[in-house]
Amino acid sequence: MIRVGIKRKDFGTLKVLEDVRFEVREGECLAILGPSGVGKSTLLRLVAGIDKDFEGNIERPERLAFVFQEPTLLPWRSAIDNLLLVHEGLTRDAALAMLVRTGIADKADVYPGQMSLGQQRRLALARAFAGQPELLILDEPFVSLDDATADQMLDLTADLLRDVRPAALLVTHDKREADRLATRMLQLSGKPASLGPVPQSFSGGRTYHSGRK
Amino acid sequence: MLPSPLALAEPFWRELTDGPLLFHLGMTTWRVVLSFALAMAIGTALGLMMGTRPGLDKWLDPWLVVFLNLPALVLIVLCYLWIGLNETAAIAAVVLNKIPNVATLVREGARTLSPDLKAMATVYRMRRIPYLRHVVLPQMGPVLTGAARSGIAVIWKIVLVVEFLGRSNGIGFQIHLYFQLFDVPMVLVYAFSFIALMLLIEALFLQPSERRVTAWRRA
Repeated sequence: MIRVGIKRKDFGTLKVLEDVRFEVREGECLAILGPSGVGKSTLLRLVAGIDKDFEGNIERPERLAFVFQEPTLLPWRSAIDNLLLVHEGLTRDAALAMLVRTGIADKADVYPGQMSLGQQRRLALARAFAGQPELLILDEPFVSLDDATADQMLDLTADLLRDVRPAALLVTHDKREADRLATRMLQLSGKPASLGPVPQSFSGGRTYHSGRK
Repeated sequence: MLPSPLALAEPFWRELTDGPLLFHLGMTTWRVVLSFALAMAIGTALGLMMGTRPGLDKWLDPWLVVFLNLPALVLIVLCYLWIGLNETAAIAAVVLNKIPNVATLVREGARTLSPDLKAMATVYRMRRIPYLRHVVLPQMGPVLTGAARSGIAVIWKIVLVVEFLGRSNGIGFQIHLYFQLFDVPMVLVYAFSFIALMLLIEALFLQPSERRVTAWRRA
């Protein structure tokens, strides 16, 4: 479980976030929606502990995983090494099993630069789930993919979330992604930004506190 | 004044088989290798810290500029005066001459390290040594190989000056000796012997190392 209580986050004189509070329990997926530049990625960086300069308190588990907007892989190491180097205790068999699960087992020994964007995103997903995370953060993980590939990735992510059951935090602009993966949705808006309910216009009248499909 | 290449063959063979060429080559090579290792290690550590810690960079930058602009000869003379005419002074003079160049190159490389990969390493709790080895060093590869190749070229020239001024062995000492005897062929024999050795080191060690660290780019 994570418990976020951010009183404020500033960049110099620019106030970005104010009074952002929420909890996510094991097995839940909270989608955070909001316009570009509102501070969604800043919020994720605070939750992940990448940025520690803020007022407030965040309780997070020890095992984290983050799927970034860009795959953020080590281009000088093979696909399987990208899993093994990041997760120290991971065995080669377990890493290979995760590559099988994400459909890129045949790419185990190639460099990320030799893979398509879709395959790189699968590898980033494999890296995230290989460590059996207690908290998973997804920052627009399917951006720039074509519809068919994005659909496959959504299915895969939904399956992995169901199996591993981390507390998950998803930032997306895509209604389909949020509908498919999230158990709850909140909207980040305002200046400085704070959390509130998602407006009807975004979800098309859908119930926001729905269960994961 | 300028003997033909054939005229150098005989004195070269004589120095190689019956003379002290190998001994002096060995002494100079040892000094080059030791100075190179120390300058690269200290310069890389300093450059990485300065490139990633703005406060430290601000404090050390004026000193870096001073040492970058200090003539090699001044540092060599000062080291011999302060430390004495010994091996420690010779190595210190060479290392102090090269550290600022390595640190400057590495600092510029460290400033371009990917913040995304750093964030990834932070999230996944990568420990310091694996992070340096697998995330930082590969990004620094081109800078480090550049610093190494330019470093070895500069270092051996400084080593020769250091030997010329204050050692009793090495290629620089032999060049000094034959300069006093006005023996141009022997000066050239010793100079070309070491140039050949440096070309060999470049071909056998530096170029293969560079190819290895950049293999992923060609895949």
